[in-house]
Formats: sequence, structure tokens, C-alpha cells
Amino acid sequence: MESLKLLAKGAEADIILDLNWNGRKAIIKRRCIKTYRHAKIDEEIRRLRTIHEAEIIHRVKEAGVPSPIIYQVNPNKAEIIMEYIEGTKIKDLIKNNSDEENIKIFKQIGVQAGRLHKANIIHGDLTTSNMIQSGEMIYFVDFGLGEISNEIEKKGVDLNLMKKMLTSTHYLKQDMLLEAFIDGYTQSTGTKAIEVLTRVEEISKRGRYIEKE
Amino acid sequence: MGIESTADNLGIGIASSDGIILANIVKVHVPKEGGIHPREAARHHSEYIGETISRALEQAKMKINEVDLIAFSQGPGLGPCLRTGATAARAISSYLKKPLIGVNHCVSHIEIGRLATKANDPLTLYVSGGNTLVSGYESGRYRIYGETLDIAIGNCLDTFARAAKLEYPGGPAIEQLALMGSKLISLPYAVKGMDMSFSGLLTAIINEYKNGKHSIADLCFSLQETGYAALGEVTERALAHTKKPELLLTGGVGANKRLRNIIKSIAEEHGAQPYYVPINYATDNGAMIAWTGILAYQNGLITPIEKSFVDPKWRLDEVEAKWRA
Repeated sequence: MESLKLLAKGAEADIILDLNWNGRKAIIKRRCIKTYRHAKIDEEIRRLRTIHEAEIIHRVKEAGVPSPIIYQVNPNKAEIIMEYIEGTKIKDLIKNNSDEENIKIFKQIGVQAGRLHKANIIHGDLTTSNMIQSGEMIYFVDFGLGEISNEIEKKGVDLNLMKKMLTSTHYLKQDMLLEAFIDGYTQSTGTKAIEVLTRVEEISKRGRYIEKE
Repeated sequence: MGIESTADNLGIGIASSDGIILANIVKVHVPKEGGIHPREAARHHSEYIGETISRALEQAKMKINEVDLIAFSQGPGLGPCLRTGATAARAISSYLKKPLIGVNHCVSHIEIGRLATKANDPLTLYVSGGNTLVSGYESGRYRIYGETLDIAIGNCLDTFARAAKLEYPGGPAIEQLALMGSKLISLPYAVKGMDMSFSGLLTAIINEYKNGKHSIADLCFSLQETGYAALGEVTERALAHTKKPELLLTGGVGANKRLRNIIKSIAEEHGAQPYYVPINYATDNGAMIAWTGILAYQNGLITPIEKSFVDPKWRLDEVEAKWRA
């Protein structure tokens, strides 16, 4: 038991580092029981998201985007056991990076997001907390809200979240970072990008209130 | 003096600059059938605004010429209703020669919540018939961390209540019936990252009602459990992300005891202090407009008449909250 270390207590899951999982370092992602919601809803959400996430992480690799290797999946315990990625969250990198480095990173993130969408993978929580730089690679993690869909709408919602996260968390550099992201995204998705990006504009104007100039 | 007229409530509130609410009168427009018809509600507001102002002055034991500042809800809300309040505000302001202040309705919900509960820097879940959003202050503005992508949770509850012929208002009726429900019907649960959607939930619950297989208590129970679970999840994600020390629940739906329990449980889990805005300040009211008007005025913000046109789509995160700096 001493080999277990709680790395992060997310809103949805505990991320546990197991220093000796069958002889290797591994991450155990365990979706926590949420007592505030009905047990049946809770169980169903945790079980389905566990299975789903494992399936999607595999597809992500096929799309050419770095993601952790999965060692094992235990749906009834709402657990995924996967590769431990050594690196730094993009969210924590931005502040200390030069603009040049940030532009490079966000372009690469855009390229990878584009690859996901080209393969009809929707991340569902595309934020800088869910991206880890490790060596030369940027790993996408936490596909817990991911899904497979070719709908422009869902891709638009995906990018809208990225855009909103830039506005709410990285607001000082949002325009620059967004531009680099779109640049990369367009590189991967080609002419399809326009359709999705137009939809993002539309989505951000929805809800009850329109965003003005 | 604050004039609130974004939807079905016409509210007049009077506050002092040290945060004492001297008067808070609300006159509610109840539609004869269906939901709020903006023009009918606006007609109601213009019919009762004089009388409501008089009642507020009476409650505050003041004369109109003792009012120093006229604030009104400039948006977001229903255009015709907003215009009625704005017209009255402009008239009083120019008659008394006192400054006019256009206030953002959503910002004022947070500010009166802070005043009423003494919360200092909360993450706020604001849930009403027209709004569903999770917001917190960060670098000069109230940022929106999550919101509904389509209809508000209160709209979802109200529309179901009407479809199921429950008594008005729908929220409390659903809450009472839900207490007797126990069987969970499987309904669509839609959380997209930090955003929510309730239109699919509404369609599904109305279909379940129409197919007649479930008791009304189980329907209400399932609707609440599913809808509030989504609110809880988004709130919790935002709380984990922002690490705010306080969690404030406001808006009319915030009166719901089940939702309050969810908020309490989430706050405890993350070491935050939960706060519930008292119902007279949680639903649309004039006191919140008056108080936010004072905050704005104290920070040099006034609204010249030529810039006092209403904005039905005015977003919370467009407002520079100078008083929080």
C-alpha cells in the first residue's frame, strides 16, 4: 500500500500514482463516488465514463495524438490503470514561457485537436489542465467526457470550451494563443476548419445572451 | 433606488450607501396561461410601477426627492420588460436631476448575495427561470465558468410543471411531489465540459409524463435528481478549478432544499463555506439593483441617458466590476 500516492483530487476522479504496479510506475484513475447525487445516477455515470474513456484513449492514439498507454480497466470499480506521464501541465507552463514558446505549444495543441476531430473524436473537456508536455510531445489526457461523433456541433462545443478556458484562465494572452491554436487546427483539418470555427462563433453567441464586439 | 424589471417580477428597492436595505417591494406578474409573454409582462409592469414605487418609499419612510441615485436593470432580460423599467428610471432621474445607473441583472444577483450572506469572494451558482450559470470574480470581472447551452434549469422545471398541469409556481410544486418519489427514471444527463444542456431533459421528461407509465412523484423526483446532478457536477468542477473559499447559491431555484443539500455537500467536500441567499433577495428584486447601483456609483460609474438603452443580451462577463478590484 505504501507505493500509492494521491497525485490529484480532481472534481471527478482521484489520480493515484502507484510506484509499484506490477513492477512499474502507473497511474490509477479512480472515479470517486459522489454522494450528493442519486446513487443510481452516480454509479451509471462512473461506470460508463470509465469504459468510454478507455475506448477513446485507444482511438486517440490511432488519430496520431499522444495519450497514455492503458494497462488495465476495471469498470465496476470505475478504475483505469495507465501509463504515468512525466511532465508539466500546459496550464502551468504558460505563465513562465516566452510568447514564442507559447505560440509553438498552442499551434501544436491546435494540430492535435484537429487530428482528434478529423478522426471524429470529441475530447469533451479540452482545457490546458488536460494537456501535459513531456519531452517534445504534448500528451492529451482525461477523456472522461470524450465521445465519438462526426457532428460539427460537437466539435464546435469542444473548441468553444477551449476558447472559453482561454478567456477565463489565460485572458491576458487569449488572442495570441487562440490565433496559434486556430492556425494548428486549420493545418490538420483543412477546409473543414472553417465550418467548425464558424460554428464556434455561433455557439458562443447562444445560451441566453449574445457576446458583443 | 433600484428598479428591476427583467422578466415577470417588477421590483423596487431602496438601499443606503452603507448597505442597509430600506425597502424591497416586488410585484409579480402571473400569466393567465402559458409562460411569460414579454408584452403582457411589460404591460403589467407599466401599470403597477407607480404604485410599487410609492409602496417602496412608504416602506423606507422616504420621499421621492430624498432619493440620491436611480439604478435600473439594463439587461439581460426580456426587451419589453427592460424598456418599461428603463423608461421609468430615466424619467425619475431627469425629473429629480439625480444620476442614472444601468446595472447588469446577473452581477446584481451576486452582489446582493454577497451583501446578504457576508460571503466575500464566492463561486456562485445562479439558477433561475432565465439563467443558469456558474461564476466567480477574477481579475476585474465576474467570469463565467459554466452555463447552460440552451434553456435555464428553472425554465425546464416551469415548462414541465405546466405540461404536467401542476400548480403555479412550478418549482415548489415539483419539489413537494419529488419528496414522495423514489423510483429513478433514466433521463438524459448532459454535461459538456463545464457547460450544461437541459432541453433534452425537458423533452424526455415530458415524453415520460405523456406515456403515463410513471407516477407524477417519480417523474418530479427523477427530473430533480437528474437536473440537479448536472448542476452539482459543473459547480464542483468550477470549485475545484478556481479553489474559491466560498460557494454561493442564488436565484429562485436556489430555494430548493434538494439543491441546497447538493451545494452543501460539494462545499464540504472542497473545504468551502456554503451560503444560501435568502429567498427575498435570491429571486428578482429591486434591492439588488439599488445596491449594485451604489457600488457602481462609488466607483465612478454612471450611465448617461444617451447610453441608457437596454441590452437584452448583456453578458455578466462583459461588466467591469471595478468595486471588486
